[in-house]
Amino acid sequence: MLTSSEISMLLEATGTSVYMTLVSTLMAYVIGLPVGILLVVCAPGGLKPRKLVFKVLDIIVNITRSIPFLILMLLATPLARAITGKSYGANATIISLTLAAAPFIARLVESSLLEVDKGVIEAAQSMGAGTWSIVTKVLIGEARVSLIVGSTIALGTVLGYTAMSGAIGGGGLGDVAIRYGYNRWNMKILLATVVLLVILMQFIQVVGSRLSKKLDRRLTD
Amino acid sequence: MEPMIRIENVSKTFYGKENTVEALKGITLDINAGDIYGIIGMSGAGKSTLVRCLNFLERPTEGTVYVEGKDLSAMSGKELLKMRRSVAMIFQHFNLLMQRTVLDNICFPMEIAGVKKSEAREKAREYLKIVDLSEKENAYPAQLSGGQKQRVAIARALAMDPKILLCDEATSALDPTTTKSILALLKEINRKYGITIVIITHSMEVVQEICTKVAIVDAGELAENGTVEEVFTSPRSKAARKLVFQGERKVSLMKSKRCIRIVFTVNSSFEPVIANMVLECKASVNILLADTKNIGGIARGQMVLQLPEDEQVAERMIAYLRERNLTVEELEDYVD
Repeated sequence: MLTSSEISMLLEATGTSVYMTLVSTLMAYVIGLPVGILLVVCAPGGLKPRKLVFKVLDIIVNITRSIPFLILMLLATPLARAITGKSYGANATIISLTLAAAPFIARLVESSLLEVDKGVIEAAQSMGAGTWSIVTKVLIGEARVSLIVGSTIALGTVLGYTAMSGAIGGGGLGDVAIRYGYNRWNMKILLATVVLLVILMQFIQVVGSRLSKKLDRRLTD
Repeated sequence: MEPMIRIENVSKTFYGKENTVEALKGITLDINAGDIYGIIGMSGAGKSTLVRCLNFLERPTEGTVYVEGKDLSAMSGKELLKMRRSVAMIFQHFNLLMQRTVLDNICFPMEIAGVKKSEAREKAREYLKIVDLSEKENAYPAQLSGGQKQRVAIARALAMDPKILLCDEATSALDPTTTKSILALLKEINRKYGITIVIITHSMEVVQEICTKVAIVDAGELAENGTVEEVFTSPRSKAARKLVFQGERKVSLMKSKRCIRIVFTVNSSFEPVIANMVLECKASVNILLADTKNIGGIARGQMVLQLPEDEQVAERMIAYLRERNLTVEELEDYVD
């Protein structure tokens, strides 16, 4: 079985993984949410069509999304060093995780907001609602369930990225899996990290699903 | 008197990549304060585009709209938003916020206008009482029937304290009984609060039930307009005739091709006019279409009769009907 020092190492790595996942997802939303909103508002036929803004954002999002995560992490190393002072470890990884997740989140937000019934938006317009009121009260309010489902997907994806970041010294469960499980061929540790990742993923999914169901008023009980 | 809404030479063209659609072509129309004005047309006639021009949700390509004498095309974006607060709108599919309770839906326009939350809630309850749904204030739209949803939408419209209420096919998704009750509610709102109502519909029944005036829109053009009685009694345009005779044409075993249309406006509902005519003239007629209602003891509506082949008898019948103060009109080609 695992020794107590191995267990405490695994637990610490789990904590690091959770920390990296939560912080980078949160920071990615700070970028991705406004970009997603702009993609909807500025789109042709949107609330305030701005062709140039839409095109530029659309292209940036597509480019950043098409760079594989590991390569993006390498590219972001100078930026991570400039901000956190280090090019490895959990905090440095958070920078690249944020950059990788933000465009993905922008797309998730965009697709959630596009689901909102055009008729309801028109009703708000007929009441004299401005763009800001429509975004905050109608789009976000009506799409909240879909936004929560989206953030569940985002958290899961970022958790996957954190594991990958272990390959280049990112810290967390992925790091342990690479250094102990792979480099030293310690099968027990490798399996333990997989089990812990599965548990984390399950937890995120269950909480996300429950929350979205609880908040959905379209279902009649 | 200055009209509440003046539609002046409004045209709207949609430019697509491959084709352009002229949805409206030079429509001019006045709607007076206190009117319940029906705008009727077949689907695709442009009536929904027209109603969206009244609050500039669609900006006309040409021409303009005046609301209370103010030119909407001269307004800035901000002024337009403010103007829209006095022009409420209800829709075929209700367009309620599905994630909000009934009460919060009614509070929504007041929220936009910056009314304090406690005050808004208090007012919302009053409006909910007017539409007779007080017990549903904490329900969500998904828990309501179509008619109840439209009542919430009406309460939400009232919450804007509007001068004008635009109804875009507001009863088209409802069953006949519910339609009647919604129309009755609209009528009451018009009478009690003096709100000018514009009703977009494809159904002549809705117009007859509630409207004082009607405009017929056909292929983007104004085919005809006037009081409901005028248009219904003597439709001039082809589009109007088509709408007035919405009933199916029936093939008859009677050989005569002579048909007449009778319009009931003043006769007592309880006078069996047609039966008496048949007894008097001793010849049968074929009722091809009948759509009459008892409104306050007066028969209102229309019938289409196929007359007997014998010309003398037919003439006698027409004379008999005219004596009874009915409007009689010969129809050509009603039966082939």
